[in-house]
Amino acid sequence: MSEDEQILDKITQSDYKYGFTTNIETETAPIGLNEDTIKFISAKKEEPEWMLEWRLKAYRHWLTMKEPEWAHVKYPKVDFQDIYYYAAPKKKKQLKSLDEVDPELLDTFNKLGISLEEQKKLAGVAVDAVVDSVSVKTTFQKTLEKHGIIFSSMSEAIKKHPDLVKKYLGTVVPYSDNFYATLNSAVFSDGSFVFVPKGVRCPIELSTYFRINAAKTGQFERTLIIAEEGSYVSYLEGCTAPMRDENQLHAAVVEIVALDDAEVKYSTVQNWYPGDKEGKGGIYNFVTKRGACRGKNSKISWTQVETGSAVTWKYPSVMLMGDNSVGEFYSVAVTNNHQQADTGTKMVHVGKNTRSTIISKGISAGFSNNSYRGLVKVTKRAENARNFSQCDSLLLGDKCGAHTFPYIDTDNKSAIVEHEATTSKISDDQLFYLNQRGIDTEDAIGLIVNGYAKDVIKQLPMEFAVEAQKLLQITLEGSVG
Amino acid sequence: MLLNIKNLHIEIEGKEIIKGLNLGINKGEIHAIMGPNGTGKSTLAYAIAGREGYEITKGEIIYKGENILDWEPDKRANEGIFMGFQYPVEIPGVSMTNFMRTALNAKREYRNEEPLTGKEFLAKMEEKKKLVEIHSKLTSRSVNEGFSGGEKKKNEIFQMALLEPTLAVLDETDSGLDIDALKIVANGVNMMKNENNAFLIITHYQRLLNYIVPDFVHVLYDGKIVKSGGKKLAEQLEEHGYEWIKEEFERVS
Repeated sequence: MSEDEQILDKITQSDYKYGFTTNIETETAPIGLNEDTIKFISAKKEEPEWMLEWRLKAYRHWLTMKEPEWAHVKYPKVDFQDIYYYAAPKKKKQLKSLDEVDPELLDTFNKLGISLEEQKKLAGVAVDAVVDSVSVKTTFQKTLEKHGIIFSSMSEAIKKHPDLVKKYLGTVVPYSDNFYATLNSAVFSDGSFVFVPKGVRCPIELSTYFRINAAKTGQFERTLIIAEEGSYVSYLEGCTAPMRDENQLHAAVVEIVALDDAEVKYSTVQNWYPGDKEGKGGIYNFVTKRGACRGKNSKISWTQVETGSAVTWKYPSVMLMGDNSVGEFYSVAVTNNHQQADTGTKMVHVGKNTRSTIISKGISAGFSNNSYRGLVKVTKRAENARNFSQCDSLLLGDKCGAHTFPYIDTDNKSAIVEHEATTSKISDDQLFYLNQRGIDTEDAIGLIVNGYAKDVIKQLPMEFAVEAQKLLQITLEGSVG
Repeated sequence: MLLNIKNLHIEIEGKEIIKGLNLGINKGEIHAIMGPNGTGKSTLAYAIAGREGYEITKGEIIYKGENILDWEPDKRANEGIFMGFQYPVEIPGVSMTNFMRTALNAKREYRNEEPLTGKEFLAKMEEKKKLVEIHSKLTSRSVNEGFSGGEKKKNEIFQMALLEPTLAVLDETDSGLDIDALKIVANGVNMMKNENNAFLIITHYQRLLNYIVPDFVHVLYDGKIVKSGGKKLAEQLEEHGYEWIKEEFERVS
């Protein structure tokens, strides 16, 4: 037995003791999931006991749950005992120059207009000391500190701000919420923690890119954003560059809390590896994202551009508790080849005069399947609730599918709920028209698709929007023939 | 010769529409093709522009000395062939400005020229807008979306003015236009005309030719050019209709 195995053996057989973290050489938890795995993770992260208890509570509940099957997606069953639930950030093989990087990857970077330095960083090439990104990050952190804003990794927040974490974690997405969220609660690896104090308007877009220790948060990301009374924050998640990961299963949880008069804008660009042209090897992305407009006049707005993953299961939602609170959902979901996306939102109106807007643009190509699934719920005491939903589908070719599952559930007669839906195709007439003006077919599709998705793209912060436009085009490359 | 079409045969879904058409156009010339509905006028325009589904079974289209049958539509466009559509399609969400800038820069890239900056492009667009008296707001709207029939046609002429083609094929650009719009279309053509370009104007009615003086008029009937002449021919057609052409044609064949 090797030294590593001996240690593993010891860990898996020993009972958990708080603070049991001494010099464990191994960086990976044993394969599979049981209470010891969770204890191992918690110990590795030097977590306080309440955190471990919470994880264990989630795990025990998870054992009683069944994987949901109602989504319009098909994939081979995940063997949850065949997954590593903790692996310390692996050092990527450092490459000496871009010449060593997969040319196909570089090609995509170039098309996205990513700068050379950025390309090196993304591809794991050593970056010149001149553009030391650490110094950029430090400046960034200083600006935030001045305003009393906390922006750190979740692990750090658990250690440094346990009271805040304890107060809010699991209050929007309870540990028992759903199969994947419960799994996440038990084994979450890391993620972001944001706290914006009362009356503070965050002066910069918070991007995961700038978060210290952002690298390799792993497959079970956990994010918590708290906006106190009268504060504002805009948060950007993800990046447009293609993300490859050996972990096939991703189950993230994002919780947002907005108190009185607070506003949170959350923008995502998701470009995980979608698998090869036959759909093999792509990421399964099962995400639970939910915001609670707890205070009066609060506002939470989700904007997402989903182009990656083999399977996407994701419904960013807003609980409109406070009177006059506002929820928004803007989404573009693109599927190509054999990708499957079942995505949408839930708007739950509880407070009086609450308003919600849903704009969903699905684009399907190849053999893919793209579903919108949304719920608008108006509870009894939600006087004068308003919702407007628009769900559009765009089809490229005749082998893909677009589906819409809108659910409306109102218990208050004063509610006004509007739903509009359209399905359209990129017509040969449109393509030929653009071709005739000298625009090649790929650029023509890019133009048409971006025109179609404009209402959503324009919600994104400027620099993100430009990249997202290019991304839409690249995702659909070769989809018309 | 700028365009030389020799013994062209075109089939659509197995049905022969153009049955041995010959047409030569030199730089500096305006040609008009007239004819009754359903004789293949639009088919000819699409074939020159290279639309898929228009199968050339025989003959060739020589443009600038090269047989262009293998060229993709965008290559033909970038080589200076412009088609004005009879029914311009709507493209929701894509602004005219973005569309035209993309088109113009595609052409510049094809010629290995630097793309125009936003400022340069806008200046050029303003200049051309005046030429076709296009309403200022039209260029900030989505391509053809919610445009009236007349606005769509004017928009075609506006695009032509911006792209400065060598050969412009206008497919019934005059149909459905009131007299003011018709004048604007004609005016656009007359102002753009020079010794280095040529126009092929496809029309059912003679009235556009009151404002654009063609060098040649051809009558297309049953997939062939059955009669060619000068401006006089158009007037004859206006006066007597197409019946006499049909009768003449039937007698010969």
